[in-house]
Amino acid sequence: MTARTTPLGGYRDRDVARWRRRASALRRLDWTMLLSVSALSVLGALLVRSATHRLLLEQGQDPNSFLDRHLLNLAIGIALCGLFTVLDYRLVRAYVPILFAVACLGLLAVLTPLGSTVNGSHSWIIIGGGFQVQPSEFAKVGLVVLLAMILGEPRDGEVGPGRRDILMALALAGVPAALIMLQPDLGTTLVFAAVVLGMLAVSGARKRWMAGLVGGGLAAGFCVWFFGLLKQYQIDRFTAFMDPHVDPLGAGYNAQQARIAVGSGGVTGRGLFHGQQTGGHFVPEQQTDFIFTVAGEELGFIGGALIVVLLGVILWRGLRTASQAADLFGTLVATGVVCWLAFQSFENIGMTLGIMPITGLPLPFVSYGGSATFANFIALGLLQAVHLRRRTFD
Amino acid sequence: MNSRTHFRLVVLYVLVGALLLVLMGRLWTMQVLQGAHYRQVAADNRTRDIVVPAVRGMILDDTGRPLVRNRTALVVSVDRTTLMRQKDHGAAVLARLAKVLGTDVGTLRNRVRLCGPSVPRPCWPGSPYQPIPVDDHVDDRRALQIVERQEDFPGVTAQMQAVREYPRPSGAGAAQVIGYLQPITQAELDRKKDLKVTGYAGADLIGRDGLEASYDEELRGTPGERTVLVDSQGRVTGTAKEKPPVPGGNLVTSINSQIQASAEKAIKDAVESARSQGRKADAASAVVMDVTNGHIAALASYPTYDPSIWTGGISQQQYDALLGKKEGQPLISRAIQGQYAPGSTFKISSVAAAVNDGYDLNGTYPCPGSYKVGSRAFTNFEGEEHGNMNLHQALVVSCDTIFYKFAYEQWLRDGGTHPKKHPSDPMVAMARHYGFGSKTGVDLPSEVAGRIPDRSWKRAYWNATKKADCKGAKQGYPEIAKTDPTRAAYLKAIAAENCAQGYAWRAGDAANLSVGQGDVLATPLQVARAFAAVANGGKLVVPRVGTAIVQPDGSRVQKIGAPPAPKLPVSPKVLAYIRSGLAGVVKSGTAAGAFSGFDDKKVQVAGKTGTAEVYGKDDTSWFASFAPVKNPRFVVVVMVSQGGQGAQAAAPAVRRIWESMYGLNGNKPALKDGKLPEALPKPADDGAGTAP
Repeated sequence: MTARTTPLGGYRDRDVARWRRRASALRRLDWTMLLSVSALSVLGALLVRSATHRLLLEQGQDPNSFLDRHLLNLAIGIALCGLFTVLDYRLVRAYVPILFAVACLGLLAVLTPLGSTVNGSHSWIIIGGGFQVQPSEFAKVGLVVLLAMILGEPRDGEVGPGRRDILMALALAGVPAALIMLQPDLGTTLVFAAVVLGMLAVSGARKRWMAGLVGGGLAAGFCVWFFGLLKQYQIDRFTAFMDPHVDPLGAGYNAQQARIAVGSGGVTGRGLFHGQQTGGHFVPEQQTDFIFTVAGEELGFIGGALIVVLLGVILWRGLRTASQAADLFGTLVATGVVCWLAFQSFENIGMTLGIMPITGLPLPFVSYGGSATFANFIALGLLQAVHLRRRTFD
Repeated sequence: MNSRTHFRLVVLYVLVGALLLVLMGRLWTMQVLQGAHYRQVAADNRTRDIVVPAVRGMILDDTGRPLVRNRTALVVSVDRTTLMRQKDHGAAVLARLAKVLGTDVGTLRNRVRLCGPSVPRPCWPGSPYQPIPVDDHVDDRRALQIVERQEDFPGVTAQMQAVREYPRPSGAGAAQVIGYLQPITQAELDRKKDLKVTGYAGADLIGRDGLEASYDEELRGTPGERTVLVDSQGRVTGTAKEKPPVPGGNLVTSINSQIQASAEKAIKDAVESARSQGRKADAASAVVMDVTNGHIAALASYPTYDPSIWTGGISQQQYDALLGKKEGQPLISRAIQGQYAPGSTFKISSVAAAVNDGYDLNGTYPCPGSYKVGSRAFTNFEGEEHGNMNLHQALVVSCDTIFYKFAYEQWLRDGGTHPKKHPSDPMVAMARHYGFGSKTGVDLPSEVAGRIPDRSWKRAYWNATKKADCKGAKQGYPEIAKTDPTRAAYLKAIAAENCAQGYAWRAGDAANLSVGQGDVLATPLQVARAFAAVANGGKLVVPRVGTAIVQPDGSRVQKIGAPPAPKLPVSPKVLAYIRSGLAGVVKSGTAAGAFSGFDDKKVQVAGKTGTAEVYGKDDTSWFASFAPVKNPRFVVVVMVSQGGQGAQAAAPAVRRIWESMYGLNGNKPALKDGKLPEALPKPADDGAGTAP
C-alpha cells in the first residue's frame, strides 16, 4: 500500500495505475473456480500415479513416469490458461476463423496417413519423441468460439439469432463433427451435439430449432444403427451397456470391471494407492477414460462425491460467468464451455457407474492426457477471461 | 442480456444440477448401499482356485522295488478351449509349436483332436476342457521358448509334472497286472462327482486296467487346493490360501520281480519252443501263488507289451497292436481273462467227486483204452491201455477212462436220459466247490468266470443256438461241402443232434466234464487256486496281488485283506491221497520226463499235466503244480494255448520257474528260506517326490 502513502510523479502515477489494474484484475479472477480446478488437478495427479505406478514397476520402468508427464502437461495447461485469461476474449474473436480452420485441418490430418489408431479410435497424430496430439480435443475449443462468434453477432431488436446465422453455425459445426465421426469418435461427437444444443438454446434460438435438431439427431442415430454404419466394437459396447452380463470377458468386460472397482470402494475406499482392482489392472485405460474407477475404489464414496462436487462448483461458476458476461459473445463462450465440460463429466463418470454407454472421453481436469488437459485449461482460461471482463454493477 | 437467454441459462443451471444429482445418487447406491456386494464380487474377481495334483502312488514288488514309479518331466500341453478361440482355430499356434518341438504339425493336430467313433488314434480321449499333453520329453530350452513367448503360444504351457515310468526290476514287466492309465473321459467326470479335475495336463488320469484300475482311489491321492491372487491378465501375484495335496499311497504287492521275470521268460521260451515244434502256441500264461494266503508272486501273460507306450499319447498303430488279433491281443491278461479247457488238471476235482460219491479211495478200477459211454466210445489219450489200477495211478498216468466210467455211472444214477427231478451231478457240484465256473475274486479288474457246463447251462445254450442248429440240420453245410464233404456231413449230424436234443444233459457231457474237456473252461488263476486248495488242506483262498497301501512318508499302513476262504467239502485223507498222486506224476508219471534231473532233494514238486483238445486247434498244454510236497507253500501253473501236450510245453516252463524260486540249476534263489518276505518293505524314495 505504499502507493497511497507516497505520492509519486506523473510517470510513476501511470505505473501505479497499471499495477492497480493488475491487482484488481487478479482479485477479479474467479478464485472459487480456480481453487476447484486446482483441487481436481491435484487429485487427478494422485490418481494417475495410483493407476500407473504398479504396472510401471512390474515392467521395470520408473513408477513415476506417468505422473511426471502429467505434471508437465498440467504446467503447460496452466500456462495456456494464463495466456487465454490475459488475452481479451474479444480479441480472440477476431482470430476465430483462423483457430477454427487450424482445428479442422488437424482433424483432416488425422484421417491422412499422419494419423494413428489408439484403442479403436483413429484420433491421434504422432509427433514423435513420445508426443502425440489429439486434434478433436482442440476442435472442442474451436467449436465453442466459432458458435459464440456466429450466434453472438450483435443484432438489433431480435431476441434470438436469425435463420441465416443458425444455418451457417450448423453448417460450419458440421465440418469438424463429420471429420470426428469418420475417426470414429462417438464420444466427442456427442460432446459436439451437447455444445451446439446448449449454445443455440442460450443464444435465444427458437424452440423449433432445438426440437428439430434433437429430432434430426435421433433420426440420424436410427439410420446409423439400421444401415450398419457403426463399427462392431461400438455395437458391442452398446449391447454391453444394455446388459453387461452378455459378454463379461469381451465388450462388457470394461463396464463390469469398472463397476466392480467403484462399487468395492464402499464409503471410505481402500486407501490411496491401495486399490486391489486397480493394482491388478482389471480396468483398462485406467489413467485416462476410467480414472474415476481409481477414485471410486481407493477413495470411496467420499472421494467420488468430492470429485462430483468440485466439478459441480466449476460448472456453477461457469454458468454464473455466462450470466454475468459483458456481452452475448462472452455469455455464449461460457455456456459452450459449461455444456462441453458438463456433458463430458456426466458421460465419463456415468459410464464407470454403468448408467451411460462406454465411449472414449476423459474426465476433465482429472484424467491423464496432454491434448485433453491443454484444451480443458484453455477452456478454463476463456471462462476466466469472460469472468474478468464481466459486467460490474458498482 | 435478454430474458429468453436469461431464462434458458436458468434451465441450464437446473439441467446441470440434475445431472450431477443423478451421478451422486448412483454413486451412493453403488458404493454405500451395494458396497458389500461389489466387495464380494471383487474378491471373487481377484482370486482363482487352483487344484494342485497329488502325486500318484508307486506300485512296488514284495521287496519294495518299484514296478511303477513316477519321473518328473517337463510336459508341454495344449488347451483346446484357448486354441479354438483363435481366429484360425490354433493352426498358426500348432505350426509354431511343431517347429519348437521338432515334430510335424499333422501329428500335433491329430493329438489334440477329440476322439470319436470315426476318429482314428492318435486323438484325445479325455475331456475337451482338460489340457492335452503333447510331449513329455521336452528339454528345458524348448520349454523356456514356449513359456517365455506366451503371446506366440496362447493355450500352450510347459509344466513340471510327474509321469509314469516302468523300471522293470529284474526284467519283470507284469504289464497286464499293472494295467495302465488313461485320461478321464467326460462321461467319467460326470459320473464321479467327487473326482476332482486338476486342470493339469496329464494329471487327470484314471486307472483303466490292472492294479492301476482296481486301486485307483488309493493310488490317486487327494488333490490340494490353492487360492491364488491374480491380476487381470491371470498372472499370479500371490497365494491367499493353500491346502497341500495328499500324495497317493504306494501299493505294495506280493509280486516278486525275480519270480515274475522268470515266469515271463519261461512262458515266452515255452511258446517259442512249441512253435519250433510246429505248434501254433498263440498265447500263454503263468501263475505263481502262495497257497497259504493266496498272495500272487507272479502273474504272467504272453504276448505282452511295454506299458510306457500309454504315456504321452498312443499312436493308432500301437493301439491296433494292443487290441489286434494278429498281434495276439497283448492287453488281455491270459491268467484271469483267458478261458481254456483245463483238461486233466481238472481231475483233482473229479477224484474228490467220485470218492465223495461213494467210490472207494483205495479201490482198483479198470483203465481200458476206450470206454463206451452210451453208444459212443470215449478213449484215453492216444488210446493207451493200462489195465487195472488205483486212483493214485490213475492220476500218475492220467487215465481218462476211469473217470468216464465214474461220470457215466453217476449220470445213469441221476436218471440218464430221463433225469430225476433233483439230479445230484456230483462232478459238477465238486467242480463248483473247487472254484471253477466263478470268479476267483482276485483284486484285478475284468476277471472272467470260466464255465462249468451243467443242465441249466445246456438248456440256456440250446435256446440261444437251436435256431442255427436246426437250420444246419435241415439244409446241411453246402458251402463247406464244396471243399470238405466229410466235415460238412459231421457238422450236419452234430447240428441235427443239437437241434433235436441239445437241451439234454447227455452222458457224453458228463464224461467230458469229468476230464476237463468239452464245454468246461477255466482260467489259469482258477486252476492255480484249485491246486492251492488241494495243497493247503482244502482252503479255497481268494487270490490277492496287493498286500498293503503305505503312505509315502510311512505314516499309515493299510493292509489289504481278502474275504475268508471257503473250505472244500473234501476230507483231509482224500486231499492227502490226491497230493501223493500228484507227487507221483512228477516222480514217475506224465511229468517225469520234464522233471528228469530236477533237484528234488532241495524241493520236491507235485503236479498234474493237462492236454485239452480243442476242436480245430492245437491242444492246450497245462501243467499245474505245488511244492514242497511235504509242506506245500506255492503253486505254479503254466498254460500254453495251442502248445501241445502238457508234459511238452507247460511242464518244462513250470520246472524253470521252480528252479528260479529255489535257486536250482545255477539260479539265484528268489525265495528266502523257501518263503516270500513277510514284513512290508520300506520303499526306496525313487519316485518323483515333488508335485508340479
